[in-house]
Formats: sequence, structure tokens, C-alpha cells
Amino acid sequence: MTVTIKVDAAVVGGGLVGSAVAFGLMERGLSVALLDEGDVAFRASRGNFGLVWVQGKGDGRWQYAHWSRRSADMWPGFAEDLKAACGVDVEYDKPGGYYFTMSEDEHRTRGESLERMRREVPGGYDFEMLRRNQLLNIFPGLGEEVIGASWCPHDGHANPLSLLRAFHATMKGRVRHLTGAGASSVTPEGSAFRIEAGSTSVLAGKVVLAAGLGNRDLAPMVGLRAEVKPLKGQILVTERLAPKFGGLTLNVRQTGDGTVMIGDSHEDVGFQTEANVGIGRNIAARAIRQFPALAQAGLVRQWAALRIMAPDGYPIYEQSATHPGAFVVNCHSGVTLAAAHARSLAVQIAAGQLEPLLDPFHGARFEDKIA
Amino acid sequence: MSFTRTPTAARSVQFSFDGMPVQAREGDSVAAALLAAGIDRFRTTPKQGKPRLPYCMMGICFDCLLEIDGEANRQGCMVEVRDGMQVRRQDQSREVRL
Repeated sequence: MTVTIKVDAAVVGGGLVGSAVAFGLMERGLSVALLDEGDVAFRASRGNFGLVWVQGKGDGRWQYAHWSRRSADMWPGFAEDLKAACGVDVEYDKPGGYYFTMSEDEHRTRGESLERMRREVPGGYDFEMLRRNQLLNIFPGLGEEVIGASWCPHDGHANPLSLLRAFHATMKGRVRHLTGAGASSVTPEGSAFRIEAGSTSVLAGKVVLAAGLGNRDLAPMVGLRAEVKPLKGQILVTERLAPKFGGLTLNVRQTGDGTVMIGDSHEDVGFQTEANVGIGRNIAARAIRQFPALAQAGLVRQWAALRIMAPDGYPIYEQSATHPGAFVVNCHSGVTLAAAHARSLAVQIAAGQLEPLLDPFHGARFEDKIA
Repeated sequence: MSFTRTPTAARSVQFSFDGMPVQAREGDSVAAALLAAGIDRFRTTPKQGKPRLPYCMMGICFDCLLEIDGEANRQGCMVEVRDGMQVRRQDQSREVRL
């Protein structure tokens, strides 16, 4: 027998994006149902590297740079609030991030890109270009081939699993968290929406589609588009190492427990999440060029997960024009944008209107190319 | 906790644990030899400093980590003991200066 649950808002997708939005809607006083598909889902949030990264994102699309920066600015207070609310420490730290350059050409191109963003992004964009000799204090064992780095004070990192745990712990008893509830249909019903998920039926005033790659099928049901594709990433994890590593980089970071995570691979191979030795070797080789001493470290884990990528790499945010109250949310930076999703996007969704800053991220922006 | 060896004809092997001589049998893993010798702590956890002994003895749990011949974080259950081997407790993370 089907049970109908009535709420102000239903969020489809219980990963970092859906959980952040559901958390934010709860904070605004809405009654919320969070529909979580379960372990059969691809669960990008379980494979995340854990960066809160601003540097270099949005050259050519200042709104994305601004949005990422806004989230990074909100992160310190947000992490504190989460800890106060549920006791979970998400291990947020904001030491600033380094991006290593391996040739003069790359160093110059990187500097020009960041300089362009500093000019174009409202509210500015802080960075420094550093030469090798300025890096040796922080990274005494730096690889010979590294000629310099860009550094950005807005970058940080957190434990993505703890972040997901913190969202769910804070929402426990306050949000209807429906597990094993993969949404099969979303149907407008008057000015509301009915979401069918197995034996559960949710009737909601608003619906937020945050189902990652699942949004491709769900969005058209309410007049939205989400042309997202999987982009596989793999991560290596070393044994715990001491002493603590000096800084945070785009592809190498040390966790609070001392393990070193190594990542940043990109494979366009469809819906498969097998970890493999070939890509693992490439990931390790790049990291060893940067930090030769890493060759001594033992690896204890490797995994793969699927990023959720729009054709231009930017997020998708849109309210349906034909069915107001239905929203689509997609991104591949669920940790970086978590604070903005909870404390800004959710506020806009609760108010029923997305701010003009997010206009460039409509799902319909690809229609010319698709048609 | 103590273990009683079953009788075998295996040759005797001698190695050291934290500088003390330990008798083992050829074919023993380092972890088995240390358990048979009555060692009650192989390592302490790097974060909380809690004592650990082997749990799975088959290469999965990483609780038997030891420093073997100068190399940190070796799995004691996966390394066969040899004459003259120098084994030490693993009392912190492996040191790697990045």
C-alpha cells in the first residue's frame, strides 16, 4: 500500500548537494522530505576528494568564480555551526591552496588566467604567483621539475564523509529522510508535485532535483533539462605519514589522520566505477614528480567515483518556467559549494526565486548545441 | 594470552625484536613468531596511541604493522621470518618528509 507524505519541499537525492539544500530548507523552517536512493546509486559524495577549492574555477564565467568564492567565504562559520549542531567535526581547514607549475609556459599561462579573474570577478580574487625558491620553506622535498606555483588563500579542505554525516545527523528527526527511495517519477499536481519512490509517494509544494546523474531523466518531467554526463575520477590513499605535510595542493592533500590522498584523474568512460592500476600509476607518477618522497609511502586504498559534469563543466541551477516550484541542481563540487547550497541557494529556493547571478547556469543553455 | 606450538620438524630461526633475541621456526610469519614468543603489543595507533595486536593474520586488517629491517608499516603477517631479521615495534606513523 502506498503511503503519501505531505511536505513543504521534497529534495530528490541524499548526497552532498541534496543534503545541503534539504539542510538549508530545514533551517528556513520548511517541512522537508529527503529522498535517498541508497547503495545502488553512484554516490559521487562517497568518492569526493574533499577540497573546498576556489582557485582557477570560472575563468570566462565570473559568476562561477564568484559563487565558489562566496561558498568558501561562508565555509568557516558553516563548519562551526555544523559542529555545534551535531557534534561532528568535518575537519575543515583553510590553509590556502597551491597549484604547481612545471614549465615557464605553464607558469605564465596560469598567472594570466588568475590575473584575468582578479579583474573580472566582482569582490576580487586573491592569489600569488610563487617561484620555486619561495616554496622550499613549505615543501622542502619539492620535486626538481616544479618551477613555481599559484597560491590562493580562499582554498581549503574538509572530510567529505564527515560532512555528509554532519548533514544527516543534524537533520535527524527534523527532516523526513527516506532511504531506499529512488524517485521514479515527478508529476505536477495542481501547484504541487507528486514524487513516486517505490512504496512511498511524496506530495510537496516544491521539489528540488539533486539526484546527480539521475537528474537527466527526472528534470524533463517538470520542464527542466540536466544534460549531465559522468566523468570518472580515481583516488589513491597512502598509509598515515608523519610529520604533517606543509600545504594543500590541487591533487595531493593530507587528512587530519595523516593519510595522504592523491587524485585529480579524469576519464570519460561512461557509467563504470572500477579502480584500475593504469590510472593509479599515472596519478602516483604525477604526485611523485611533485613530491619524490611520496614514492616511499605505502598505498592502502584506491577507489573511483563519477563526477557529474555538464558539457561546459559549470553547475546547473534553474527553476522550471513551466512548473514553478520545481528546481534542478547539479554540480561536481559538492564540498566546495556545500555552504552556498545550504545557506544561499536553499534560501532562494524557499523564497521561490533564484538570484540573477545564477542565470548563466540554466539547464537550457545547451539546447542550441543539442538541437 | 599464550600460544602453544604444534610439534614440527622445522628448522629454528633467530631474529630480534626491539633488540631482544627471539626464537622462531622456519616458515613462521613475523607476526606468528612474535605471538608465539608472547609479545603483547605490536604497535600503537598513530592518532590515539592505543595498543594493537594482529587480528586477521591474512593481510587484511593492518593491525600487525611493524618496522622490519628498517622499513616502517610492514604487515607482520605477510612477511616470512628470516635469520638475523631486525624487527621493531611500530609506535608512530611512517616518517616521510614531503
